[in-house]
Amino acid sequence: MSAAPTQAPGRTPDQTPAPDHAPDHAPDHAQDRPPAPATPVRTARPFWRRVDPALAQMAALTIAVFVLMAALNPEKFLRPYVFESITYVAPELGLLSIAMMLAMLTGGIDLSVVGLANLSGILAGLFFHAWGGARGPELTQMAPGPVALGILIALLTGAVGGAINGVLIARARITPILATIGTGQIFTGIALVLTGGPAIVGFPRGWGFFGNGQIAGIAVPLILFVLVAAAVWLMLGRTAFGISLRLTGTNLKAARFAGLRTGRTIFLSYLLSGVLAAMAGILLSGRTNAAKSDYGVSYVLQAVLIAVLGGTNPAGGRGSVPGIALALLALMLLSSGLQLMRFSNFLVDFIWGAFLLLSIALNALRTRRGR
Amino acid sequence: MSATAILDAPARPSVLRVLLRRPEIVVAAIAVVAMLVIGTINPAFWSAGNLFSLLRANIVTGILALGVMVVMLSGGIDVSFPAFAIAAMYLTVKAMIALPYDGIVLPFVMATAIGLALGLVNAVFVHGLRMIPLIVTLGTGTAVRGFLLGAVGASQINIDRMPPSLIRLGGSDLVGVTMGNGQHVGLSAMLLVYLALAAIVHLVLRHTLIGRSVYALGGGEEAARRAGFNVRGTVFFIYGLAGALAGFTGLLHGSMIWVANPRDMVGLELDVIAAVVLGGVSIFGGRGSVPGTMLGVFTLVLLTNSLIIMHIDTTWQRIVTGSIVILAAGATAWRDRGRAR
Repeated sequence: MSAAPTQAPGRTPDQTPAPDHAPDHAPDHAQDRPPAPATPVRTARPFWRRVDPALAQMAALTIAVFVLMAALNPEKFLRPYVFESITYVAPELGLLSIAMMLAMLTGGIDLSVVGLANLSGILAGLFFHAWGGARGPELTQMAPGPVALGILIALLTGAVGGAINGVLIARARITPILATIGTGQIFTGIALVLTGGPAIVGFPRGWGFFGNGQIAGIAVPLILFVLVAAAVWLMLGRTAFGISLRLTGTNLKAARFAGLRTGRTIFLSYLLSGVLAAMAGILLSGRTNAAKSDYGVSYVLQAVLIAVLGGTNPAGGRGSVPGIALALLALMLLSSGLQLMRFSNFLVDFIWGAFLLLSIALNALRTRRGR
Repeated sequence: MSATAILDAPARPSVLRVLLRRPEIVVAAIAVVAMLVIGTINPAFWSAGNLFSLLRANIVTGILALGVMVVMLSGGIDVSFPAFAIAAMYLTVKAMIALPYDGIVLPFVMATAIGLALGLVNAVFVHGLRMIPLIVTLGTGTAVRGFLLGAVGASQINIDRMPPSLIRLGGSDLVGVTMGNGQHVGLSAMLLVYLALAAIVHLVLRHTLIGRSVYALGGGEEAARRAGFNVRGTVFFIYGLAGALAGFTGLLHGSMIWVANPRDMVGLELDVIAAVVLGGVSIFGGRGSVPGTMLGVFTLVLLTNSLIIMHIDTTWQRIVTGSIVILAAGATAWRDRGRAR
């Protein structure tokens, strides 16, 4: 392998320029703004030329899914309840998808996010049960102080877990796939050893507020997701760290020779991914009032799917928060529509997987035609 | 050992370096030490019954590991094979019951063909559409499992409805020992199937053009192409072989446990990948061998299956597997440091 396989395991050598195979994953608009993909060049191009084609395709897909689902079962799908429930369920998956995107930006992947999310919820839950007992008003009416402490425990768990991933990948140079498969097993394993298997049920009301509360009629999880997404968006586009993240993923060697501290960038991206996973764990356990070592196992695939569908290049260098938000919306509309039509969860899983493969095929065709 | 490894060997290699070059020796040493420790903690480890069941546990994981090893030798990864194995097994057993047909050869041909076809789908995405193997196989695995459970059936086929020929096959023993308490234990004859398949894969990898091109592909796709290897054919061979081995193993697994459960083998990919990495196969591709992988499988099965005998709660199993992946991958990364950087 010619590039830097330590950081980009799946990167095929085709992605390095070769006479007979031009880079397939290179953004097709890269030619007209070569130096820094992160800084948008303000030119006098008309509006529709400035829109990222991948983003436009995603928006069209979202509208198509909405129209299709509304046409298939109008009286059930077009109800406020359907959309309201999406605002509670989608944010935890959205946070995991952003975490996945951050790891993918440097050409890696984080398969440990779900394990870390569950472990964070479980550690906080164990703390609450130790503080206020396993049930009763002492637990449910817990004061804001200990609840805040629990949140700190959860976020710290995410940070430590993410830092372990970062050290293994950036310093010990273990391939991201293997490192995060291994730590994912260990996080899930610790959760399993701590709980012995069954779920930890019963969280303080203050904790549950983050999973199913409302502020001015808007779901708290949605507000949190929008805040985090906006922060990550700004970080990627407007900060030195964000630019360094993209450059590291685009070409590790070039970034290193340009004097960027690539190891530190990769470490921080996994740290951040771990913190986001812990936030998803808070939302998940807050919404369901329970935490378990094997909750949300299918979220790994769904987070990968949303990240890829949202225009993230799994080989590194490219990814956008608006793309993720649109992909999240499209897939939540799709799966709620299918569930309303009484599709079994298994078939919904099948459609998620097929969707991932379809989006890969479409992306390949689009980049091929664009050349 | 690949040619490059020999060429860049230093003049006077240190003992540690020589050992890391031969991961088989390190893994074998770990296995021997582990057996001695476990046997000291609980002498029941050395009973024929326990040893036979350990070897039996090697069979399914081992054959699957052969397929994953070939994929990882080429620099890819596969997480779809448990879904393929179970789909091939469940569809074949359902067909045998529906017809009804009671035999051995045709069902195994059918299961292998189903696995092969699914594996070729992986190859189309990996080579034709140039997508990262992990994401492709995550997608195909989820889709196949979802389709099987959602459209084919989610109910388990129990021993009373399993075809008798499969039960006879899976229940056949190589040697039998009657224990002190009058209990009869046997060594599964399916071990021979595992050993035969391992020998075939070993010979193909070492002595055929397609086998060498797998290693060449792992060394670098562009280099392999310029050296004249048929990259496309090799990718199809690799994923086709992994799929075919998965399909075959799925039916073998069903016949060994006398049950066809469409929800079986969930999460098994992690164990198998752990075993392959432990066997010294680098995910950067190009390095690794069948004996190393078999030792990796043996050691992983030994460690995870001996928890009970060491009086450790089985909830620790995931932590053990995860730690093995990290340690083995860390050692491999350390061995390959400086290479392709």
